[in-house]
This record gives sequence, structure tokens and C-alpha cells, in this order.
Amino acid sequence: MERDDLIVNESYALNNTHNDEAGKKIRRKIWVVTGILTLITIVEVALGIAVKRADSGLWTTVKIGFIVLTLVKAGYIVMSFMHLGDERKNLRNVVLIPYAVFIIYLIFIALTEGNFQLDMFEMFH
Amino acid sequence: MSSEASKAISKEELWGGGRSPFSVSYGKMMMWYFLVSDALTFGGLLIAYGVARHSSEFAWPIGEQVFQALPGLEGHYPLAYVALMTFILIVSSVTMVLAVEAGHRNHKKDVVKWMGLTVIGGFFFVGSQAWEWSHFIHGSGGAFKITQAMTVTGTLADGNTMQFDLNSADRIFMDHHFGTLLEDYLHGDPEVTMVESNGTVTLTGHGHTAALEEVMVNKYVEDAATVSGADMMKLWNAKASNGYVFGANMNENEYGVQQQYANFFFFITGFHGFHVFSGVIINLIVFIMVVRGVFERRGHYEMVEKVGLYWHFVDLVWVFVFTFFYLV
Repeated sequence: MERDDLIVNESYALNNTHNDEAGKKIRRKIWVVTGILTLITIVEVALGIAVKRADSGLWTTVKIGFIVLTLVKAGYIVMSFMHLGDERKNLRNVVLIPYAVFIIYLIFIALTEGNFQLDMFEMFH
Repeated sequence: MSSEASKAISKEELWGGGRSPFSVSYGKMMMWYFLVSDALTFGGLLIAYGVARHSSEFAWPIGEQVFQALPGLEGHYPLAYVALMTFILIVSSVTMVLAVEAGHRNHKKDVVKWMGLTVIGGFFFVGSQAWEWSHFIHGSGGAFKITQAMTVTGTLADGNTMQFDLNSADRIFMDHHFGTLLEDYLHGDPEVTMVESNGTVTLTGHGHTAALEEVMVNKYVEDAATVSGADMMKLWNAKASNGYVFGANMNENEYGVQQQYANFFFFITGFHGFHVFSGVIINLIVFIMVVRGVFERRGHYEMVEKVGLYWHFVDLVWVFVFTFFYLV
């Protein structure tokens, strides 16, 4: 059987071998991203310990902050570590857009349902 | 990165057949499609967790109060262990991306070094998760239920005191030393003896002695408070004969009234742990192939890149589990 997973010509992304000079630049970028990811994790844990949940106004802000920081972290992992930022735009869109549409819809519909269930429970108990 | 992906190619040529319109190989594109479907599975699980939490009529257990132990250390280190696990996984993701970079330079020695470190990081993470599961299952002290409603005074973490109106069947939490010996005692361990006199309860056995000095109310939710002295004995004397909970299993857990809390912990972190484990095995196989020079002969290290995608994905999922299970 003919193998179709082998790259037979040079027409694929990231197959092109880069030289030591380019490698240095790429490694530098990798370490910068590592620093950012570590810093975000430290900030998240510090916020989680420092801010008390009883302070509900501030806690809501922190919670939204957690979600924003998580998305920033996810963005760095997907775009930089997984090289999606270096791929063709059409591959990027094929991966990200269907996922985002489904998940945003699911979050909306499921959490609305969950909150409604609690409202009903509180109303009839 | 200077590669085919950033090259301008006319639409006619790109979609005219005979080449990949995405400028990626078949294997890499399929890996991305698999990751999208796997991400939907994890998204569904975390959203299901969100629904359970949003519709819960009881206070939900708080991450920094449930997960605050470190192996071999006494005291409270909220979220420290989980943060360490997150860091281990991020670092192993970094070594993976360095292996991919070395592969693009066709530098076998560097690929071997970084792939090897990635495998080691993966094993560290799986081991950490095993400890975390063990700790979660064994619990920290356990709880007993009381048979009647009563009011007690407790001391909050900030030193203030507060009145607590407890209902019948509410849970009262014991400290780690006392709870561990009590669990043995309740299982009929002949070496453990219990003495109740003059307002104290003392358990002795296995070379340890633990007195009931204080209990906690609301341990894993807001307003966790310590109760001691006469109020503590009032709670102890009102305990139900069969209402003990130690740690967590598939039927009950000491952390929350909601069993869903423990079940989601087992399922979500377990499903993720299974991904990490399979990732380590796949990384190990590719590592051996690198060492044996398979990719050197093939002329490119795209396989390292493909398993790298899977490995980064595992890290990506953990970032979300960390936020939604432990932080929020």
C-alpha cells in the first residue's frame, strides 16, 4: 500500500527546514511565551488566595479576570506552541470558527437551563 | 516562521487540485480535526460541570479549601499543588515545542534531548495526579452528621466569631489526625481505643494519640469556622450513629452535599489524566523512533510535530480544567 503520510515535496508548511540562525530567534520566542504562561499562572493562584469570595463584588471581577487570563493562556498555547498562528488562514478558520460557534452556543444554552432549574427549585421549595 | 504557509498562492492554484489547500500534510490536518472533536468533548464535560454548579441549591465546594495539601507537609497551602501540576505540564509543553523546533533543523541530538525531557515531565504530571486522587479519595479528616438542629458559636479564619444555625443532618468536620484514627476505630480495628471523659474524646492506636480539640462547620464552603469547647462536645454528642463520611468515592464525598462534585472531579480529571497517560506513551514511542533514527532517514521530523500537537492540546485542556474546576 502506498503511504500517504509521507511528505513527497516541499509544498507543506513547517516542512521547510530552518537554519540555526532562525532557530535561535524561534527559541527566544518560545522562552518569552513560557515566561508569560508562568506569570499568568502565578497571578491566577495569587488572586485566588488573596481575594475572598465573601467580597462578592470584587470576586465577580476576579472570576471574569480568571476567564480572560485563561483565554489569553489558551491563545498563546494554540497560536504559538501549536503553530496555528503560522498556518494558512483557511486552516486556522476551519479549526477555530466551528469550535467557537458550537461552544459559545452550548455555554449559553446550558447555563441558562441550569440557572432556570435553580430558580424553579427555589420557587417551589 | 518562513514557510509555505505564509507564501502568497493564487486561489486557482491553491484549490485547483493536486496540492493541499491548507499547505499541511494529511496526517497533520487529521490531527487538528481530531483535536477539535476532542476539545468539544472536554468542552461538553466542563459545561456539564457548570450546569450542575449553576443549578445546585447548596453551596458548592471551593477549590482553595478542598485542595490545600502538599505531600509530606502539614498545614495549608491553598492551590499550591495544583499550580505546581500546571507548571509541570506547561514546562513539558515547552520542551515539546523545543523538540519540534529542533526537528525543523534536522538536529537529532536536540530532538532526543527535548523529547526525553517531555516524556519525563509527562510522567511527573501523571504521578502528581495519582497523589492528588489518592488525597481526594482518602480525604482530610472526614465528617459526621448531627441528628438535631442546634446553634453553635464558631471562630472564622480571620479570628471573628459567628453564630451558626445548623440543621439536622448537617455535616461536622473533624481534623485530620482524629478523623484518621476514628475511621480505623469505626472499621473495628482492635488496636484503636476510644476514651470519652470530662468533656474530651481521645483516640489511641498505631502509636498515635488524638484528642478531639476542635471541629469545623462549613469546612469546604464560605464561612468555614472552627468550633471548640462545650459547643464542640454538643455537636459530638448529637452525632448520628451511621452518618460518617470519609473522603470520596462514587457514592458519597465529604467535600460537598452534591455527589456530582466528586463525580465530576473523577470524570474530568480522570479523562484528562487518561489523555496525559496516552500522550506519554505516544511520546515515548516517538522518542524511541527518534533515537533509532527513523525520522532522520525519512528526512523530516513531522511525526514529532504531530504528537506535539496532541501534547500541547493536553496542556491546553488542563489550563481550562485548572480555571473552572480549581480557581473559579
